[in-house]
Amino acid sequence: MVTLLAIPLFIILGIFQSAVVSRLPLLHGTADLILLVVIAWALQERVRSAWQWALIAGLVVGFLTALNFIIPLAGYFFVTGLALFLRQRIWQVPLLAMLTVTFVGTLFIDITTAIYLNVFGTSLPILETLNLIILPGTILNLILSIPVYALVKDLAEWVYPEEIDI
Amino acid sequence: MIFLAISGYFTPVTQVLLSPIVGAQTWISEQFLSIQNFLSTPRDVTELLQRNAELEAEVASLETQVIELQQQLTEYQILSSLLDFARAYPEYEYVGASVIGRDPSPFLQYVIINRGSDDGLRRGMTVVTQQGLVGRVSQVTAASANVQLITDPAMSINVQLQPSRDRAVLSGTITGDLILEYIPQAANVNPGDLVLSSGFGGNYPPNILIGQVTSIRSLDIDLFQSGSVQPVVDFEQLEIVLVITNFQPIDLEPLLPPTAEP
Repeated sequence: MVTLLAIPLFIILGIFQSAVVSRLPLLHGTADLILLVVIAWALQERVRSAWQWALIAGLVVGFLTALNFIIPLAGYFFVTGLALFLRQRIWQVPLLAMLTVTFVGTLFIDITTAIYLNVFGTSLPILETLNLIILPGTILNLILSIPVYALVKDLAEWVYPEEIDI
Repeated sequence: MIFLAISGYFTPVTQVLLSPIVGAQTWISEQFLSIQNFLSTPRDVTELLQRNAELEAEVASLETQVIELQQQLTEYQILSSLLDFARAYPEYEYVGASVIGRDPSPFLQYVIINRGSDDGLRRGMTVVTQQGLVGRVSQVTAASANVQLITDPAMSINVQLQPSRDRAVLSGTITGDLILEYIPQAANVNPGDLVLSSGFGGNYPPNILIGQVTSIRSLDIDLFQSGSVQPVVDFEQLEIVLVITNFQPIDLEPLLPPTAEP
């Protein structure tokens, strides 16, 4: 049931990402709202459906983008694994985990995309790509990570209400 | 007595007698009016406040209508320009489409339009606006399509320069700029020259305006000249585009000589 909730959520987020967020660049980098939601969801303590949400998010983004769908799928699986790993290690400071995974995850996805495009014939100058796309995109993701975490935390508490022992 | 009154001999007497009466009546009347105003003011204020709120709501509604009408006017102007373009190139058939989004990846210069295979769109179709060339359809679903813009770093277009009629290759970059490459050293190209699609390769119709040369770099040690181009289309403000549906890209693969097997 919780997994099914991800389908309309990521479809709406995908629409919002392509219609609004992708039109608000910093230099030439943009935020990735869906990545932030995947990370924030995986960091929630009571969540058990992080991998399923990453799969649905990857498929939605893969449908929207002209990139091979393997790129966003692999990226979201990577950040989910990293988030689950850090969830057990930095559980006292979840925001720190959110910022860490956002930073590493954004770099991973952007560098993977750049390498994929270079391998398949699109020449991308390294310094320009780093200065104009990767770093500004990372900054935007870091800025949005905290409000997204707060919203997803509320969603998680609604989906997985805390059990009270009487 | 009556004769004296008619003659006016009693006027001073009447003045002395009547003036206090008139003064008292004036005072009483003023007090009454004051009390009446005091009692009726709250009702007036309430009516005024209500009327003010109604007028404010009406103003807000009219402002909304004005904004909607301005948007419709802008849309009409765009469609009118597109119609002029279609009339200028009557040999082609067009399907109009609205741009509804951009590719989520910042590495790609793609837009999403709200027409698809149900509207006759196919992969490879050319997309234009009234200003010039926009790109081509790269992916199609039933109701939408992905359009690869000419500013995409994976895009290369064979172009012709005016007035020199020299050929070159136009490529996109990750910043969305356009660069001209493989301009022959003997070509006489200057800033301000127009860049049009040449039709070579069969991917795009010929003679569609792309942009204007802004700078040329020419070194004797290089094999070719290069330059940069200012596109005529503002890709940040794309709203409505035309898809040319009766120009099919030519597949040159059958014409190419087979590669020799080792």
